[in-house]
Amino acid sequence: TPLRSTCAQGYVAYTRASLQMETFDEPPKTGTTIVACVYDGGVVLGADTRVSTGIYVSNRASDKMTVLADSTVMCRSGSAADTEAVAKIVRYHVEQIGMERDSPLDVKTVAQISNQINYQNKSANHGAGLGAYMIIGGWDSNKGSQVYSCTAGGNMISTRWTTDGSGSTYIWGFMDDGFRENMTREECEAFVTAAITLAMSTDSSSGGCVRLNTVNAEGIHRKFVKPGELSPAYGELAMTARHGHVGASGGMVL
Amino acid sequence: RRDVHNATRVPFGVMIPVRVSHNQSIGPGVVPAGVDPAYDAQYANHKGPVAHVGANGFGRPFSVAPGPITHTQTPYVTGTTVLGMKYKDGVMIACDTLGSYGSTKRYKNLQRMRVVNAKTIIGFTGELSDFDYIMTLLDELNTNDYCEDDGKELSPKEIYSYLCRVMYNRRNKFDPLWNSLVVAGLMKDGTQFLGTVGMIGQHYTDSHLAAGFGNHMARPLFREKHTDDMSEPEARALMEDALRACVMRDKSMMNKFQIAKVEFGKAPTVSEPFAVATSWDYEKFKNPSEFAPGTW
Repeated sequence: TPLRSTCAQGYVAYTRASLQMETFDEPPKTGTTIVACVYDGGVVLGADTRVSTGIYVSNRASDKMTVLADSTVMCRSGSAADTEAVAKIVRYHVEQIGMERDSPLDVKTVAQISNQINYQNKSANHGAGLGAYMIIGGWDSNKGSQVYSCTAGGNMISTRWTTDGSGSTYIWGFMDDGFRENMTREECEAFVTAAITLAMSTDSSSGGCVRLNTVNAEGIHRKFVKPGELSPAYGELAMTARHGHVGASGGMVL
Repeated sequence: RRDVHNATRVPFGVMIPVRVSHNQSIGPGVVPAGVDPAYDAQYANHKGPVAHVGANGFGRPFSVAPGPITHTQTPYVTGTTVLGMKYKDGVMIACDTLGSYGSTKRYKNLQRMRVVNAKTIIGFTGELSDFDYIMTLLDELNTNDYCEDDGKELSPKEIYSYLCRVMYNRRNKFDPLWNSLVVAGLMKDGTQFLGTVGMIGQHYTDSHLAAGFGNHMARPLFREKHTDDMSEPEARALMEDALRACVMRDKSMMNKFQIAKVEFGKAPTVSEPFAVATSWDYEKFKNPSEFAPGTW
């Protein structure tokens, strides 16, 4: 019998391995790799682009990074629904408080709002809390470049770099080894991209492309790195690109 | 007319099973299973607590079936043991600087001991977020002290008692703060104070304490070697011995410690991180499976 599900829709499919029906009733999760790292003058945040429901890749080009304020970006991992909801509520509060104060919020303030939502909902999901594992990073004139690891349960810790999501387990050592203080922006972006590439090569829940958000005094700069632009990891082959083009109807035809 | 409040009297016309708002064997507000199939069917798959209104239709609903409300959490970022001991000049507590994320040693710069006021320090094991919340409560106490402006501030024993109440009351609500705390400081009468409170409200004071794994590794060492009138270097040496014993046998500990102390006439301090020396040069460590290949 199918597993009881809390998800409104269930996907049903046949696996190759067996002819048993396998329901994809799990709620969509961002099995993912997210990374954030400070450099001299800003922060680089990166994420892969794969969202899966069970074995199916429901979105291969998702954007797991949400802009919370002009100078603060949140990387999301864990339950897709929970992190979207939290991000939405944080953006609401950021706007409200920003209006009251008539000045942009500091990165730490935004991170605390998000963290308190996590903390005050510890009893959700029968005591497991919101499945929201987030990294919040940004730059402000008060404290410069900052990265906050806001994990489930309402734990917020300031670090120089961090990673989360299912793919993060494969790159702790790599990042421990490769992080240096006062990197340049290019070095930091290359470092974050390399880390996510490695994670994607070992974690099946992470994949697709790499998105980067670099936050510095000038604001948020977005970058989209497609697989063809990444050098292949050990054991893998270089990816060639087959272009997507816009059809006459205006929709993407791939 | 059926009087459903009086369980001793048989309700009028009781050939048909009737929902009762009081059942003598189970208690008030419970609908015994099988009495009302429609009621049972509603809650067959229900996972949350049931708000039950009495059969008379009025009265405050209260939750009984299908089970106790549990808000009990799972901890995410945790700290391991904290050790504490009194000595001649004051009281000291020690712990490592690791925040574990399950079995991942994730945060290596976590300060698990904090200064509460001029006479009190506190250390925690367990969930970080709950300890940060406890610190906001203590901050409120400090603010009250400041506003009262009477030249007094809370003693360590008062803070410890307050925390005992907080922890026990949260436990009663099935929503514990997932911490064991060690509270240490100096009392006005010139004595040291050292106490511990756990997540279910259990608490005691002693000359030397541990929260967490240190209870197994460090307390025996303390019992053997601790005296209340140790000098500071002696106390520190014993503390480092205990930390060494703990770090070699606790997998969720790292060799990077801080010691916080409150001494008579001085402000509380938290030291810079330091490591302890460990011994690996035993001959028998080199080839332990020489005479029994395959053994661990």
